[in-house]
Amino acid sequence: MALSISLTVNGKPVTATVEPHVLLVQFLRDQLRLTGTHIGCDTAQCGACTVHLDGRAIKSCNILAAQADGMEVTTIEGMAKDGQLHPMQAAFRECHGLQCGFCTPGMVMSASALAAQSPNLSEEEVREQLDGNLCRCTGYHNIVKAVLQGAQNMKAGA
Amino acid sequence: MNAPEQQKLIGAGVKRKEDYRFLTGAGQYTDDVVMPQQSYGVFLRSPHAHAKIARIDMEAALNSPGVIGIFIGKDMAGENVGGLPCGWLIHSTDGSPMHEPPHPVIAHDKVLHVGDQVALVVAESVKEAKDALELIEVDYDELPATVDTASASDAGQPLVHDSVPNNVCYNWGHGDKAATDAAFAKAAHVTTLDIVNQRLVPNAIEPRAVNASYSKHDDSYTVYVANQNPHVERLLMAAFVLSLPESKLRVIAPDVGGGFGSKIFLYPEDVALTWASKKVGRPIKWVAERSEAFLSDAHGRDHVTKAELALDKDNKFIGMRVHTTANMGAYLSTFASSIPTVLYATLLAGQYTTPAIYAEVKAVFTNTVPVDAYRGAGRPEATYVVERLVETAARELNIDPVELRRRNFIREFPYATPVGLTYDIGDYDACLNRALELADVAGFAKRRDESKQKGKLRGIGYSCYIEACGLAPSNVAGALGARAGLFEAGEVRVHPTGSVTVFTGSHSHGQGHETTFAQVVADRLGIAIENVEIIHGDTGRIPFGMGTYGSRSISVGGSAIMKALDKVEAKAKKIAAHLLEASAEDIEFTNGVFRVKGTDRTKSFVDVSLAAYVPHNFPLETMEPGLNENAFYDPTNFTYPSGAYVCEVEVDQDTGETRIEKFTAVDDFGNVINPMIVEGQVHGGLGQGIGQAMLERCVYDDSTGQLLSGSFMDYAMPHASDLPNFTVETAKGTPCTHNPLGVKGCGEAGAIGSPPAVINAILDALAPLGVKDLQMPATPHRVWTAMHNAQRA
Repeated sequence: MALSISLTVNGKPVTATVEPHVLLVQFLRDQLRLTGTHIGCDTAQCGACTVHLDGRAIKSCNILAAQADGMEVTTIEGMAKDGQLHPMQAAFRECHGLQCGFCTPGMVMSASALAAQSPNLSEEEVREQLDGNLCRCTGYHNIVKAVLQGAQNMKAGA
Repeated sequence: MNAPEQQKLIGAGVKRKEDYRFLTGAGQYTDDVVMPQQSYGVFLRSPHAHAKIARIDMEAALNSPGVIGIFIGKDMAGENVGGLPCGWLIHSTDGSPMHEPPHPVIAHDKVLHVGDQVALVVAESVKEAKDALELIEVDYDELPATVDTASASDAGQPLVHDSVPNNVCYNWGHGDKAATDAAFAKAAHVTTLDIVNQRLVPNAIEPRAVNASYSKHDDSYTVYVANQNPHVERLLMAAFVLSLPESKLRVIAPDVGGGFGSKIFLYPEDVALTWASKKVGRPIKWVAERSEAFLSDAHGRDHVTKAELALDKDNKFIGMRVHTTANMGAYLSTFASSIPTVLYATLLAGQYTTPAIYAEVKAVFTNTVPVDAYRGAGRPEATYVVERLVETAARELNIDPVELRRRNFIREFPYATPVGLTYDIGDYDACLNRALELADVAGFAKRRDESKQKGKLRGIGYSCYIEACGLAPSNVAGALGARAGLFEAGEVRVHPTGSVTVFTGSHSHGQGHETTFAQVVADRLGIAIENVEIIHGDTGRIPFGMGTYGSRSISVGGSAIMKALDKVEAKAKKIAAHLLEASAEDIEFTNGVFRVKGTDRTKSFVDVSLAAYVPHNFPLETMEPGLNENAFYDPTNFTYPSGAYVCEVEVDQDTGETRIEKFTAVDDFGNVINPMIVEGQVHGGLGQGIGQAMLERCVYDDSTGQLLSGSFMDYAMPHASDLPNFTVETAKGTPCTHNPLGVKGCGEAGAIGSPPAVINAILDALAPLGVKDLQMPATPHRVWTAMHNAQRA
């Protein structure tokens, strides 16, 4: 029953055998031990498991690992380059956009994909677009600030 | 040699040391820990609110692939495993102790709420454990359930525990009843409110998780657990449940993804996994699914209250009477009994000089998930009662709610309230005045007119809160029924090269202690913050601790570290004196340099550290080598953060939809170590408080006891688009008078102060339509219904 899949994860080719029922988030966490991608719910609401699939932000709890065959996955572990934080990661630190850190990887993955797609976001748009990510610590205040700042950082670095 | 410029980390918005690991996916939460030979546990949970367990057939499940073991209640009962203890004893007004019915780790005989544990299945994988769980056959004899808070003690209600008549855990009274009744007898005006402080689900985004293992090597257990106070968890589990010496149980709370109170408690799952890990000889991991968290994490609030405020002809508050029914759920959770009593009624004076207050609290059992501390824990409920009463009285008497507050503010300190607390210091006018300014209250009338022109209703509401934090003087807590001390421990270990590791009993699950505490230590020792490491959350490394809740980390945990630093400095001065051939009294220590007063003879902190560990030139005849000190700090009073919140809303008359246009919070936290982190704490509290006011409500079906709001699809968690941009300012403030840092604590303020401000604002907006009352959460449907009912009346 097991399937063989080949995909790129954080820039590196990966070939693995997965059970057909295994979700992408389970594959990343349990098989590849990329534990930065978190699981916060069972109804695809919290967004803690958000990763990039071919550049798009998706909830990795909502897709089978087998469906990612042949595709390119980026997780939070793949964002910083040579010890330098990605501009969105840096903005979260600068703006104190994280507290317990559990929703943070998903927030950063959602926000970086969002900013790449629409660099000139308004505060209201950011609040609307973060609908798929829950945070219980920050009241979103500094997350929104961080996403706006991160979008600027990304534009400046582009 | 010139002294380096005094570094001032205290008071600076230092960026957090912990952020890099969280931002790069390098955090280590309990679910990230995998042990050699890891196995996995899942719990079979009751589908019924109340039922007898007639039969459990596990044969097919035990033969299911990958199953290692299945454990049920009678397995544990047969092995002298105790029930879960409650940490606070409350006495009823007739002097009798509260009812403490058994709280088994796994239910046997009866299940008492939907989600109650019935069996633990351990298997090679989560999937195999779940498959086996499906094969367990349980015959339940269903019983009628008691669900609703207000009617739980009515005659004829089904008994949750056969041993508890009328489902009443205790009937507690607090304050001077005769004096309060006398005040009401002579009142010029009495304001009365019926208040439901609805049940909430804490919902930290990291679900609870446990990874427990047993080592044959030294007959000991190691438990990784998402928990806010690992030493308390160890004490409760070792001493009261498993009868182990503490030395045989190590509790590690690694990175923890939010707590908000719900991770204070000793939960049945923690015990079941620990106990079973020895049975199966393998580490067992359990991670709650979200739907399971809804059914098993302790819930918050759930009060039904009748409250009255008596005023004299000059609009001075002369009395307050409160009767509250508080829902405990099916079992007494770890600190459940203290929340609606000592953390609630003691706060009913608020910021006011009300001379006579009497509160009665009836705690009831129901067939629902246990209720315990949730961000604010009793204090939000008290603040909601006080601030709704005050503003309702102002509306009834047609006077400005700000003016009514000012007329009744406490202005002389220390101030002993009629409900047992002594406020050491505060300046309530200062916060209120600043909040009015920041909220541009002066311009409100104009904005209201503009809204009116758009066909919208605009309102403004206030809340002036006080809270008691920094729990607590142990002797006071003990007299009030606490079964534990409430001090904190800290150890400062200076290494030979002058770097420092600090071990604290406080626990960070988002609060940023690794940064804040390091700021305190680096400033005090005059060393770089990079050379200070804060270690928390491991009973194997930290001397002791009472953990983090009740906004106590900096005021109690920080004070313990300060005491240890005093000892380090005193010893280091003696070492420096020896090296400099001077007397210790002549040594001054500033900016990391020891100097013989009035001379240029100095030794650096590194010189002294090195001398302490390489004691070739050291007064060994009078002093031990090394530079490593620990301290316990037991506070002499609570701390009393206070603040003034202003909320401005716009209501759509057609739909009832309410938008918060502006939310202003001005808080007095005393001295502030890291304003960036403190403001972040306020933001988070506001998010939860506004969530309670406008969105969140845990709903049970009253007849079946089924949880209807059991997932993120059904329970309205605040999203970014539900909340406004906040205007938050930390006032210059009045430093706490009785702890070394002058700090008060900031973790819960936002959740305490905000709900009444929101509801007061909505009621102000709706007042022209004749709406007089509204219960939380103010959903569009409720607001619309209130408007239409008022207009029909």
